[in-house]
Amino acid sequence: MTDLLITGARLLDPATRLDAQGGLLVRDGRIAALGPGLAGPEGIPRLDAAGLCLAPGLVDLRASLGEPGAEHRETIASAAEAAAAGGITTLCVLPDSDPPLDDPALIGFIARRGEATGSVTLLPWGAATAGCAGGEIAEYGLLREAGAIGFTDGQRAIASARTMRLALSYARAFGAMVAQHPEEPSLAAGGAATEGELATRLGLPGIPAAAESILVARDIALARLTGGHVHFAHVSTAEALELIRRAKDEGLHVTCDTAPPYFDLNETAIGEYRTYAKLSPPLRTEADRLAVVAALRDGTVDAIASDHQPRDTDDKRLPFAQAAAGGAGLSTLLAVTLARVHAGDIGLLDALALLTERPARLIGAPAGRLAPGLPADLVLFDPERAWKIEAGKLPGKAQNTPFDGRAVEGRVIATFKAGRRVF
Amino acid sequence: MMLPARHLLAIEGLHQTAIAGLLDLAESYLLLNRSGKTQRDLLKGRTLINLFFEDSTRTRTSFELAGKRLGADVINMSVSTSSVNKGETLLDTAATLNAMNCDLLVVRHGQSGAPALLAQKVDAAVINAGDGTHEHPTQALLDALTIRRAKGRIEGLTVAICGDVAHSRVARSNLHCLTALNARVRLIGPPTLMPAEVARLGAEVFHDMAEGLKGADVVMMLRLQRERMSGGQVPSAREFFRFYGLDAQKLGLAAPDAIVMHPGPMNRGVEIDSAVADDPARSVIAEQVEMGVAVRMAVLDILARQQPRLA
Repeated sequence: MTDLLITGARLLDPATRLDAQGGLLVRDGRIAALGPGLAGPEGIPRLDAAGLCLAPGLVDLRASLGEPGAEHRETIASAAEAAAAGGITTLCVLPDSDPPLDDPALIGFIARRGEATGSVTLLPWGAATAGCAGGEIAEYGLLREAGAIGFTDGQRAIASARTMRLALSYARAFGAMVAQHPEEPSLAAGGAATEGELATRLGLPGIPAAAESILVARDIALARLTGGHVHFAHVSTAEALELIRRAKDEGLHVTCDTAPPYFDLNETAIGEYRTYAKLSPPLRTEADRLAVVAALRDGTVDAIASDHQPRDTDDKRLPFAQAAAGGAGLSTLLAVTLARVHAGDIGLLDALALLTERPARLIGAPAGRLAPGLPADLVLFDPERAWKIEAGKLPGKAQNTPFDGRAVEGRVIATFKAGRRVF
Repeated sequence: MMLPARHLLAIEGLHQTAIAGLLDLAESYLLLNRSGKTQRDLLKGRTLINLFFEDSTRTRTSFELAGKRLGADVINMSVSTSSVNKGETLLDTAATLNAMNCDLLVVRHGQSGAPALLAQKVDAAVINAGDGTHEHPTQALLDALTIRRAKGRIEGLTVAICGDVAHSRVARSNLHCLTALNARVRLIGPPTLMPAEVARLGAEVFHDMAEGLKGADVVMMLRLQRERMSGGQVPSAREFFRFYGLDAQKLGLAAPDAIVMHPGPMNRGVEIDSAVADDPARSVIAEQVEMGVAVRMAVLDILARQQPRLA
């Protein structure tokens, strides 16, 4: 079995607020001990990590994979390669694939495909409604037994208030959350960019920012009504974040995540019709970006997810409004998050918490912490090393990064899954 | 004179001097056309392709005539919309055009940004002949020339653009063009047909037509895209005409010598009354068509001169 001693690293564990020089011992693929001055037994492989940070492997709360259904965009193997390069060791897979993950057998299939990669644990979200089509609620009990971490229709909003009510209500029986893509569909239909001056200049159909806050407000009211746990995905507007902040203060079971594009980019990234920056929800104004940064800092946001959506050139080399929305995000998740640390917007441990311990806690996964007994899922990174994100040169198949050309500081040096080096 | 890029994709970003230079050159072509002379050696041996993904008689014919008057070989390619909603076809088309050694490519497309996408892939100089709800630069130039000839100037004039501004590339290009030339632009229409935050592009927005027309030197009517009606943005044609259609009575609120413009084709009785459209004392709609050919000759001339391969 896998044994390893990592020495001289800066140990970072957000759960215990540990930030100290030291070593970490892996025995049989699990963390055996860690701390300053850890010597460890003789005769096992050693890795000198002087000058590097050692943190729990990242837990990515939301990613779509091309497989099953769109293997021309990405396979689980290629996604696993990108995840490992990004320091991600646990990845929660959205269910709006083809076929959608609305059957217990498919949930098991995804989990097994993850095990087969040897580098990343895949935890499937179950479909909130049959076929992710927005109609009847799916078999939450059976899906939960099979391993579903929660329920969502992925990139599709659960449009009907009645369906959402039933979903939140029924999911309580199985202690599961329902995650919403918060975008009022009738306001968002046909839209390609955030409504406003830029969309007007470019002649693009707009989606008002209120499309997000309207659905957030409705679903908070439904959480209050049902006592259910609603989770809002990739929240991107000041107004929605303020509603979530108030709901949390009220004590409702409301959580949310956001994704790097929403705190690193604003709508100007779509200038000149750059389709790689076409996302769903669309990139917002600078004021909204700043509100997302503030929400990272004050704890309103519970997790940073990659929001990875693989697209190929056929999806993207189209007139802007016809191009597919979505950005690749696995391999850039840590680096773009660290940009907020370097900018002084958020502390290093707090940023890592949003990538590890907090999403792990949300889904109840034994991951995201440096604790003896847990699997040795680890990421070793150099927070200062500079590199440039370039579409076409990213690990994995999906190259549709909205950060194309962005210079970042912070690079994954090694990723370990159960103590085995996978990157 | 020079344009800042080898394509003409938009008015936005063009400097006042570049626009004025284009208008001056167009005016010289206008006089040439009226004199009955031609200049068929200028684009001799050059290929102009009119690539129209949306139906248009007026603009395509205007470009065709402009190209032929300068001696270019002109080819019209109409691509039926049904087969080209896929962009791969758009880029395939670009590859085909490159293989044909096309020099000047005039593109109309239903999607904003489609000519810009093509421009990245073709060797030819690309002229945007209207893309989605983005821009229609040669329309704005011909409108500016029409105004300049009718009024003797553009600076300081008040131009009221009325109707379906939200879906109008003509309105956007005119707004950029006229504000660059220091005219005051008013946009008039119901809030449901007004694009978001359009005032930040330098216009004054009115929802009351009587208010917006007051003292205007130029009244530019836009075509109401009838298909928008089904989107419920206005309840009916008769209601639209009542509040935003131009008739003699409403025109009476504008300056006494105000001119009336329309990019065509007109919906008579929807946005404009025939009595106004056909009034020779006020309507310059026919002149707009004439200016169109001259302006397009100027644009083809300048872009051909700027294209390295043609120099």
